[in-house]
Amino acid sequence: MSTSPQELVEHALATTTSDDCVVIVGNNTSANLRWANNSLTTNGVAHGLSVTVISFVAGRDGTRTGSVSGAATTRDQVTALVAAADAAARDSSPAEDAVDLVAGAADPDWADPPAETDIGVYADVAPMLGEAFGTAQGGGRLLYGFVNHEVTTTYLGSSTGLRRRHVQPTGHYGCTAKTADLTQSAWVGGATRDFAEVNPLAMEAELATRLAWGAREVALPAGRYDTILPPTAVADLMVDTYWSAGARVAHDGQSVFSRRGGGTRIGDQVARAGVTLSSDPTHPGLECEPFVVAPASSNTSSVFDNGLPLARTEWIADGRLSALLQTRHSAVLTGQPATPAVDNLVLAVEGSSGGVAELVADVERGLLLTCLWYIREVDPQTLLLTGITRDGVYLVENGEITGSVNNFRFNESPVDLLGRFTAAGATEPAFSREWGEDYFSRTAMPALRVPDFNMSSVSQAR
Amino acid sequence: MSKPGLDPSFLALGYRQLGEVALARAAERGVQHADFRFERNRYQHLAVRDGHLQGAQDSEDLGFAVRVIHRGAWGFASGVVLTPQEVRRVTDQALAVAEIAATMTPTPVELAPEPVHEDVTWVSAYEVNPWEVATSDKVAVLSDWTARLVRHPVVEHAAASLQQVQENKYYADLSGTRTTQQRVRMMPSFEAMGSDSATGTFDSMTSIAPPVGRGWEYLTGRFWDWDAELAEVPELLAEKLKAPSVEPGSYDLVIHPSNLWLTIHESVGHATELDRALGYEANYAGTSFATYDQLGTLVYGSPAMHVTGDRTVEHGLATTGYDDEGVQTQSWDIIRDGVLVGYQLDRAMAHQKPELNPDPSVPGAGRSNGCAYADSPGHIPIQRMANVSLQPDAEGPSTDELISRVERGLYVVGDKSWSIDMQRFNFQFTGQRFFRIENGEISGQVRDAAYQATTTDFWGSMEAVGGPQTWELGGAFNCGKAQPGQVAAVSHGCPSALFRSVRILNTTDEAGTA
Repeated sequence: MSTSPQELVEHALATTTSDDCVVIVGNNTSANLRWANNSLTTNGVAHGLSVTVISFVAGRDGTRTGSVSGAATTRDQVTALVAAADAAARDSSPAEDAVDLVAGAADPDWADPPAETDIGVYADVAPMLGEAFGTAQGGGRLLYGFVNHEVTTTYLGSSTGLRRRHVQPTGHYGCTAKTADLTQSAWVGGATRDFAEVNPLAMEAELATRLAWGAREVALPAGRYDTILPPTAVADLMVDTYWSAGARVAHDGQSVFSRRGGGTRIGDQVARAGVTLSSDPTHPGLECEPFVVAPASSNTSSVFDNGLPLARTEWIADGRLSALLQTRHSAVLTGQPATPAVDNLVLAVEGSSGGVAELVADVERGLLLTCLWYIREVDPQTLLLTGITRDGVYLVENGEITGSVNNFRFNESPVDLLGRFTAAGATEPAFSREWGEDYFSRTAMPALRVPDFNMSSVSQAR
Repeated sequence: MSKPGLDPSFLALGYRQLGEVALARAAERGVQHADFRFERNRYQHLAVRDGHLQGAQDSEDLGFAVRVIHRGAWGFASGVVLTPQEVRRVTDQALAVAEIAATMTPTPVELAPEPVHEDVTWVSAYEVNPWEVATSDKVAVLSDWTARLVRHPVVEHAAASLQQVQENKYYADLSGTRTTQQRVRMMPSFEAMGSDSATGTFDSMTSIAPPVGRGWEYLTGRFWDWDAELAEVPELLAEKLKAPSVEPGSYDLVIHPSNLWLTIHESVGHATELDRALGYEANYAGTSFATYDQLGTLVYGSPAMHVTGDRTVEHGLATTGYDDEGVQTQSWDIIRDGVLVGYQLDRAMAHQKPELNPDPSVPGAGRSNGCAYADSPGHIPIQRMANVSLQPDAEGPSTDELISRVERGLYVVGDKSWSIDMQRFNFQFTGQRFFRIENGEISGQVRDAAYQATTTDFWGSMEAVGGPQTWELGGAFNCGKAQPGQVAAVSHGCPSALFRSVRILNTTDEAGTA
């Protein structure tokens, strides 16, 4: 028989034989539609329920931990997980990140049931999507895309009295359009919490406009170009920057945020004055978990920090590196405050306004990208990234979009870009094409104009 | 030692009855096809840094999935509550999804036929299930590795990790196929990090040991010489930190299997997935330059290029007995004498292109070559990569002989950074070690090198492949594809190979920090 998430938490805490215990229950429901060639393809709904039990066993040589996760829905299954976690802790080695567990009380909504989603979230979207297929077919265009909505309710309880609950809706949409001869491609996409504002017909119309820009094709060679990165492309790059901002690796001398000779670059000017890169669990539209949830320890997270409150954190303030991803353990190593990761990211440039259109209007001859893809780190010391442009590179001449250009491979450091961009737009919700879907969707970014973006070679991909 | 059998704790989970409930419910509703998949996937990840345990986590996926073709459309639903009532509810959900999809599916979905496999079992080739080894023993091995590495004066920090997976699946469909399978795989790794005080440069060097479809025996030294590699890596790192930065330009490359496997994965493996070639991944992973109209004519590479798809090779990460559509796995040619001759298929793809893998028992029909896979019970099976491998030359040369043919070039060992475009034309790869070749001999490492090429140019420049003595099976645990995103483990075998006139970049120049 199924048991409520709260009962699973309490059962685990009552059953453990370890000295301390943290239990994380995640109830996840999701619904998705996928399409290609103007036809729905693979579609589905899913329900998952995972229970993570982290046991802590104190010893003379330190505290040992064991973390075991499974899809438990009954007390018996949880009992087995607890036994496995307790055994894993006793069988383990002392944890180097050991600190006191977070204490606290119960959230007011602790007793509430999980929030859920289902295929009904597309009640308005699905009929419009069918209509968009017809419009595209009639216009000689092919649509390929995906919508996904999921709701995860997290319950976190600990032997120190914490009882925390958080409901996280996450949704996104993305659609690629191609001309019938497959020579032109365009993409639009974004994040949403509930699909209330998503309109597939408007999306199809925007894609038709972009494909029309490709009526004039211009071949350009590799080189450095005056380039406008729209907010989605900036998000593609800033997520990588955020992931590379671990304090421990910086302190150990292994990242772009390491000071040569030792220590971190906290306090150094790493971007133009006026640039702020921050996270805030209460940021409107990007709300995310306001406490640490860490099933396992790593360079940037610690199981001992579970339940630790999160607050607005400025990673870069007025162009200076002001914080790195810190556990309480790494904070001691580096002599900095504990600033754990927060599940959203906002880049803002002081005094900026307008958007892509305003930036385009000032360009005499340059490029406007749509998004970036297959971004990988080449060199951690400079955070040199490589990747490819995708689904729309446009030529800008005298402030107007005048045609489409071939794709390029780029080699660039996002940290370097933050120091040399020449203009920025207003910060707006921006969905990373590369990382938004599976890893990090809650981002807000401005468009940036970079005068010498390094297009390393030409790609024939369309 | 007796051959490993199916895990009794999986067999005890009562999935057969649940499967019959799902299939009966779907049959009542008159579906064209229904399948039921029950999975338990166990994972363990251990990480050690400088002798201290940094993270340890065991996790497990357990659940079931129901997939139907109803009114010509796919419907899929999955659940984790293991009761007949829940299975019936989830089956109804799958049917409801199909009914919504049917209104937007103009071409009905059909599957290629497959012989019925009645109650078959398959277990991968390993000796010791890693779950039978105490975690403390595993941590002790990793700690020992980092301790040995940091003894070298150049190594400031050392990390080691171990990922292991046990995957159990039961599959049943309306045609009568019932398969029960078990796979085990391991991915040990270590990394040594250091810096050069004179230049302020830091760098790292990792193990080049491949992940494998083996058990704990892989850590014992019988199949990989860990001791030798642990002794060698700090010296190589010290040399790399002092090495000169590469002069960009055109070089001949001899590429070791520890690097070439990844280039094969990206530029051949993904490019010859038929779902990509037909556009089904266009919004995400991308399409392919190797379009279907070029089958039999596309000159993919030099005549030395012979690539196979294979889901049967022993210890391969994509090796299994039956795929996630109940298809018995196979091996076949993808590129023969440099020409594209085949693709990777699932049952829906095989029905669309029956000429690719004709089914002799059903004239006019095609058969899947067994490439359907889902990474969890919560995901729908899609066409995933087989073990895609470059074949050696039966009488081919050694790696040293390949190097001896190069006047000015680089010998590339170990993978590092990789990126390729969404049609698999333009790529850029780095490596763990780039050794200079001068007049047929190795003469020390260079730094900051990356090779960049277009797929067909690169494979067209392959002058020779090594012999079977140079062939190794590399691979990865984490190949990503599909929406919602899924990961798959896949192996790629290859010999050392010689490529002429490949573009080498200096990554410091590219960063603009020279």
